[in-house]
Amino acid sequence: MERQKAMLAGYFGELARARETGLKVVYTFVPGNLTELIRAAGALGVYPEVNALQSAMRQRSDGFVREAERLGHNEDVCSYVKCDIGMLAAGNIGPTGEKLPPPDLLLLSYTGCFTFMKWFELLQKEYGCEVAMLHVPYQADGRPTEEMRRYVAAQLEGEVIPKLEKVTGRKLDLDELASLLARSARAEDDLSWVLDSAKATPSPIDAYFGGVYYVGPIFTAFRGTEACEAYYRELREEVEARLARREGPVMPNGVLAEERFRLVIEGPPNWTHFRDFWRVFYDEGAVVVASTYTKVGGLYDDGFRHGRERDPLLSLADYCLGCYTNRSLPARSDLLASYVRDFHADGFVINSLKSCNSFSVGQLVMMREVEKKTGVPGGFIETDLVDPRYYSQANIKNRIESYLQMISQRKAGGVSSGA
Amino acid sequence: MRPSNVIPFPARGNGAAGGEGDAQEIVRRCEALYADLALQSVRDWKAAHPGRPAVGLLPIYAPRELVHAAGALPVCLLGGGDQIDIVKGDACFQSYICHLPRSTVELGLGGHLEALDGFVFPSTCDVIRNLSGIWQLLFPGKYVRYLDLPQAIDDRTGGTFYRRDLEALGAELGRLAGRGAPSPEALAASIRLFDENRRELAALGALRAEAPWLVPFDEAYLVLRAGALLDVEAHTALVRTYREAAFRRKRKREDRIRVVVVGAFCEQPPLGLLRTLERSGCYAVDDDLFQGARWIEGEVGTDLEPYAALARAYLHRSGVASTRYQPDFARGEALVRRVRALRADGVIFAAPSFCDPALLDQPPLQKALSEASIPFITFKYAENGGQFQTVREQAGTFSDSIKLWGEA
Ligand code: SF4
Ligand code: SF4
Repeated sequence: MERQKAMLAGYFGELARARETGLKVVYTFVPGNLTELIRAAGALGVYPEVNALQSAMRQRSDGFVREAERLGHNEDVCSYVKCDIGMLAAGNIGPTGEKLPPPDLLLLSYTGCFTFMKWFELLQKEYGCEVAMLHVPYQADGRPTEEMRRYVAAQLEGEVIPKLEKVTGRKLDLDELASLLARSARAEDDLSWVLDSAKATPSPIDAYFGGVYYVGPIFTAFRGTEACEAYYRELREEVEARLARREGPVMPNGVLAEERFRLVIEGPPNWTHFRDFWRVFYDEGAVVVASTYTKVGGLYDDGFRHGRERDPLLSLADYCLGCYTNRSLPARSDLLASYVRDFHADGFVINSLKSCNSFSVGQLVMMREVEKKTGVPGGFIETDLVDPRYYSQANIKNRIESYLQMISQRKAGGVSSGA
Repeated sequence: MRPSNVIPFPARGNGAAGGEGDAQEIVRRCEALYADLALQSVRDWKAAHPGRPAVGLLPIYAPRELVHAAGALPVCLLGGGDQIDIVKGDACFQSYICHLPRSTVELGLGGHLEALDGFVFPSTCDVIRNLSGIWQLLFPGKYVRYLDLPQAIDDRTGGTFYRRDLEALGAELGRLAGRGAPSPEALAASIRLFDENRRELAALGALRAEAPWLVPFDEAYLVLRAGALLDVEAHTALVRTYREAAFRRKRKREDRIRVVVVGAFCEQPPLGLLRTLERSGCYAVDDDLFQGARWIEGEVGTDLEPYAALARAYLHRSGVASTRYQPDFARGEALVRRVRALRADGVIFAAPSFCDPALLDQPPLQKALSEASIPFITFKYAENGGQFQTVREQAGTFSDSIKLWGEA
């Protein structure tokens, strides 16, 4: 955690000085992010979604969302977009209190969400800078086709790289790219091991509330860096030690003494009340052993690693195509069901977000599908990402407690999980 | 009235009496088609064309030419409007999701779409995209196809990808129809028919823009919408006959403002809303309702090999759409130009609740209008909304203020 804090502080400091140092800045999205490519081109990525969630954790998103609504943005639309627009209107002061530099390039990696396009159209109007569009086809049939891979790689070559080179004024360094990809792969190995450790009982990690911290560096500007590789090596060592001691995860109030429930969660967390939200689970002894949100910026379960495919552009294409929300609903349901089975979960909970059509549309159907596949009943709650008006602690607590009561009765009745 | 998709539309009527009666007759037929949620007209078409399938296309745009060339009837699905109660559909969607997928699921689970042999889900937005997965889960065994329209507006990348995908889709549709993939000649013939349809719709649009008192909003929409179910040739004939009849109408221009209605490209507003707008002192001289039918501006053309022509049309001849990436494209300025070209007095933003593409577009569009001193009003709807009092008051005040002061 300390290492991650230091990494973030260094990163925001670097951004704050970008104008003086001449560092070029590329705004882009977390799913399907091309961090290695951005770095190899000599630029640094900024992730508006991360700024929004960080603002929410610091209780600043409410004001930003309201400011965007005052400027004419509708109450119905994604709150990440509004938080970002509101932050921009308020001077673009980032979550750490330092001013964020404007983008030199908006890299519209169009992976898993249509709202991304509208979001960057709005930013383009504000900044008037270059935009590079990368259309990543949706895996409607559950797997990428060769055509899709080639289409993405061709866009990287014909659209993204030339625009990166144009704004940085230098050629992409292919050797640098190769070594960044290799470092990414090593970090991905360690992260995968960490997430997999939750198969043990008791689980040494919480793969959702703790998991969002674990995926922070690898989903954002750090993937491919030495610091990122070191972070995951240390994390793995720490979790190995906890596993050897048969220790539970570190929760808001210390190490969890008793693992009473093992859950799988689908959907991003609420950020405005993150710790309160976590506490609802913690107080009941519920540990999240697997989550889909920790796969939005890269899904490594099926063996994907950056750079494993020798052609670096195809490797990046595979990464973009494979992100969680770029997968079809049947594929997402299969993945959830496999988590319930493989991680020996007692139940699964869907946190449905008002903001996010990409995640939310179809979750009720997915829930019934996973129930059918596993024989395990699902729980359903509704919150939002960064708009606090859509979070009710009492309601969430009530629902989760009743759900866990039901799960508890099932366990007492000897109903086994898995179908 | 039983909707018909088989009997060709009757020839033009008595010119001496003016076109009122003929226009009304056509509108009644269109109303019957509008109400045909159980797709009786599609069943009739299938009975008249044994062995040929019908394929449902979700909003907004998919190339109907290809479905047609494969020997199938393309059927555009536009939700259930205010004509069905939603029960099963609501059980599939949270409250903060637009209405169209609910009514579509309701129609599907209620057996209303059984006449359809397959479904194409274009890459319109996250809702339609995920609906394709819902369909796979709810209707296993049905042909469900996601059509990833390219957002890379470049012939070498987006064009190549799309063209190959169209060929694959053509082959799949051909199999569904028990034939091979459509031949280039068949596809070119279909393109010609749809280009003809586009020309007729454009001519109707021109008449409406010139003399909106001859082509009321609800009628223009019903006539356009009939094309969702009708075979293309029958629809082209219908549009032509209606236009000719409307032209002969002996109606007088009323003191109303001219407006462009923006944002209703996917989930369709209830008919009552369109009627309310006009009764509140507005002539809607243009809109983007059922945008899929008017997606391509001009023609697809047959000067290229037909798959290439379809790909070119999508990449380079698509109109302005909130769901499509248009690099360096200034949507606001385009709207201002459109308003001026139509000599419209103002704009009405009417968008479905919870529709990200429509609602996220509004602030920049409104800014551009304000800068050009073009007045506008804004409201949201759901396809099954029944209360138009607020709309009536808002539109009435809008119209009065423009008439009185020249601006809102
Ligand atoms: S809709 Fe969802 S995935 Fe898209 S920007 Fe908003 S929160 Fe992110
Ligand atoms: S109404 Fe809007 S959000 Fe709903 S399906 Fe249509 S385009 Fe998507």
